[in-house]
Amino acid sequence: MHALLSGKPGDQQLLLGNEAIVRGALEAGVAFATAYPGTPSSEVPLNFFQIKQETDLYFEYSTNEKVALEVAAGAAVSGLRTMVTMKHVGVNVAADPLMTLAYTGVNGGMVILTADDPSLFSSQNEQDNRFYARLSGLPMLEPTTPQEAKDMTIYAFELSEKLRLPILLRTTTRINHSRGIVTLGEIPPRQTKGNFVKDPFSYVTVPAVSRTLHVKLLKKYDQALEEANRSSFNAIIGQGKWGIITQGVSFCYVQDALQELEVEGAFSVLKMGFSYPFPQQLVEKFLSQVDKVLVVEELEPIMEEAVLATAQRIGRQIPIQGKGIGLLNRLFENEPVRVKKSIAQYFDLPYQVKEPVEITDLPALPGRPPNLCPGCPHRSIFYSVKKVVGQEAIFPTDIGCYTLGVLPPLSVADFVICMGSSASSAAGFSRATDKPVIAFIGDSTFFHSGITGLINGFHNNHKFTLVILDNGTTAMTGHQPHPGVDSTLLGQPNNRVSIEALVQGIGIKMITVVNPKKVKETMEAVKKSLAFEGVSVIISQEICPLYARRVLPPTKAKTFTVNESRCKNHRDCVNLFACPAFYIEKDRVQINENLCIGCAVCAQVCPEHAILPRK
Amino acid sequence: MNTKRIVFVGVGGQGNLLSSQVLGEAALLAGFPVNVSEVHGMAQRGGVVESAVVMGGALSSIVSDGEADVLLSFEPSETLRALAKCSPGSTVITNIVPLVPFTVAVGKGAYPDIKASLELIRKKVKRLIALNANALAEEAGSAMAGNIVMLGALAQSGILPLTREHFLAALKKTIKKKLLDVNLKAFDLGFEAAARL
Repeated sequence: MHALLSGKPGDQQLLLGNEAIVRGALEAGVAFATAYPGTPSSEVPLNFFQIKQETDLYFEYSTNEKVALEVAAGAAVSGLRTMVTMKHVGVNVAADPLMTLAYTGVNGGMVILTADDPSLFSSQNEQDNRFYARLSGLPMLEPTTPQEAKDMTIYAFELSEKLRLPILLRTTTRINHSRGIVTLGEIPPRQTKGNFVKDPFSYVTVPAVSRTLHVKLLKKYDQALEEANRSSFNAIIGQGKWGIITQGVSFCYVQDALQELEVEGAFSVLKMGFSYPFPQQLVEKFLSQVDKVLVVEELEPIMEEAVLATAQRIGRQIPIQGKGIGLLNRLFENEPVRVKKSIAQYFDLPYQVKEPVEITDLPALPGRPPNLCPGCPHRSIFYSVKKVVGQEAIFPTDIGCYTLGVLPPLSVADFVICMGSSASSAAGFSRATDKPVIAFIGDSTFFHSGITGLINGFHNNHKFTLVILDNGTTAMTGHQPHPGVDSTLLGQPNNRVSIEALVQGIGIKMITVVNPKKVKETMEAVKKSLAFEGVSVIISQEICPLYARRVLPPTKAKTFTVNESRCKNHRDCVNLFACPAFYIEKDRVQINENLCIGCAVCAQVCPEHAILPRK
Repeated sequence: MNTKRIVFVGVGGQGNLLSSQVLGEAALLAGFPVNVSEVHGMAQRGGVVESAVVMGGALSSIVSDGEADVLLSFEPSETLRALAKCSPGSTVITNIVPLVPFTVAVGKGAYPDIKASLELIRKKVKRLIALNANALAEEAGSAMAGNIVMLGALAQSGILPLTREHFLAALKKTIKKKLLDVNLKAFDLGFEAAARL
């Protein structure tokens, strides 16, 4: 039985925040879940995917976050309890349906997880998704620990059904990927069959209808505000005259700081968990019992500005500060010492911080950047492309393992801003500069949001080459399926979409399918594509070796070795191809046979044919 | 108990997150409040993996510079890279066998002298426990068990209010049955090696 299904009420487990959210959803009777993978949310859909195999929970990886939200909307409007999960930038993709789903509302509870990433551990930006609550009018809950993540998930479903609104559950990496002690509750049976009652005046958002729905949304806002003002997730802790208002993991750092500074008695701490609608009444009460306030939050001064507005409205003139005090700023995540120093500085408290050891006298350390795996098909096609065009082309790229192609010596990445941007920006680069443009996009990314860019390129008569890197999986986030994969490898019956047929269906006239392990054939395809006057597509097809190790029977491919008598030591292999299986010993290039997977591409790179299969 | 903060660093594939999970389970079994933080992501692509265990009542799950009671590292250059987590009162428990980064392997960077580095570390912190976790892991029966060897050394150091039994129970709870014997042996070898230092 799946670990998150077992465990009796009252059991205590050390769960990841993401696992606690899944358990919470199960305890709330979630029946229908959709997602697009994205760190730090990915363990939530992963666990749903596994749990679906042994229960009547419905779960799917949808094509992208907009689709995921729309699919779930159909089920939620039909009365099922639904959950949709994504990382913070995923909400940008889902924002269109999100905004108007707030108008129509839902019937079965819907919880939307937005997993934010302060400090950008694995994202292209660190946007603060608390703004989405304000933009959409939807209530937002923000846990401070994995236990609270579970409790809030359960409450979110109840609140959603009370208000008939989706609820935003907002976490940050330090909640999703921290483990804490969580007490389990009971898992009830699921209601998996819904019912749709026709009501176009609630669901068909033409202007005449939407005007009435906006009025309704504002009434729901007032109801939600009452809930926020009395919610136990918002709590005033302590009775001291010095106030701190805080949320999320910053609450943990604040509490720890006050304890270490031994000043808990002097403080009142307002923990903001049900953070939108902004619980104004509660904040007014808090402001009346303190005479100085520090707001401790990560990223944008959202709470700070709301607190200032509240104070102004009630005429409470006390110092209220946040960003710019001590080390508190708008960049990156907070951490314990930053918070402690800032509190000590603002309230003029003596403090002791353990000074880190001196590190300026340490030897220079070699970098250890992440790299494409040995045998990665992306390295092979990047090598072939570089061999043909060098740096003469512009290389829009996209989000996935292949973004690591930005690293030298491959250096085949020039522009990435979001999922699918390579297929579209290629057109702009091409028309603006007349340079050859070779854009790279992964298979999952292509389905997510590359198709529209490719269609646009064809329809608006642009000239560029789109290389679709088809490695049979969504690799970077942990090998999730997407519409183009062979789902029988995962024991799933899903219909498969052929990338080649899709591209042909668009009408693209120059399509080549290549095996990237065949260097000469790939280079020919690149040359032909560059010469074509229009949009050309190269589909580079080779399974991700890490994924293959998991789902395919073991291969008998021979590993490779350098023949010392043939090798002239001019290093094209490490300088141009740079597979991590290479190492240098006694000034000669060697291949680590524990890392080599036998893809044979380096053998084609070596001009002396000095790399041969091991006997 | 006073809060104890343990930072784990290593290279993707060395079993960092498993170690911190086992330590977390040991704390849970012993009845101590505990939080564990993990940084996922680039592990399988050869990058650095860091995790932390904070036990004893603090709410935070991450450890600021200077705040680590123990820095436990599976790779010597990563020990150096994470050293700012330590203060002069910290204990460093480190493997001494390098996992050379690709940049160095192909001659585009220099790997620091391990002996000299250990001496430097020894002078900066309260205590240094340095072992060849790779050799002990091989002796236990699997090159992959170096992380559990290091946990054995941590248990022996006596810094945490956890007994050998707590750790063993945590291993039994966390490790797959067919790998358990090798890992229990690895733990014992690490424990004994640290005792001899």
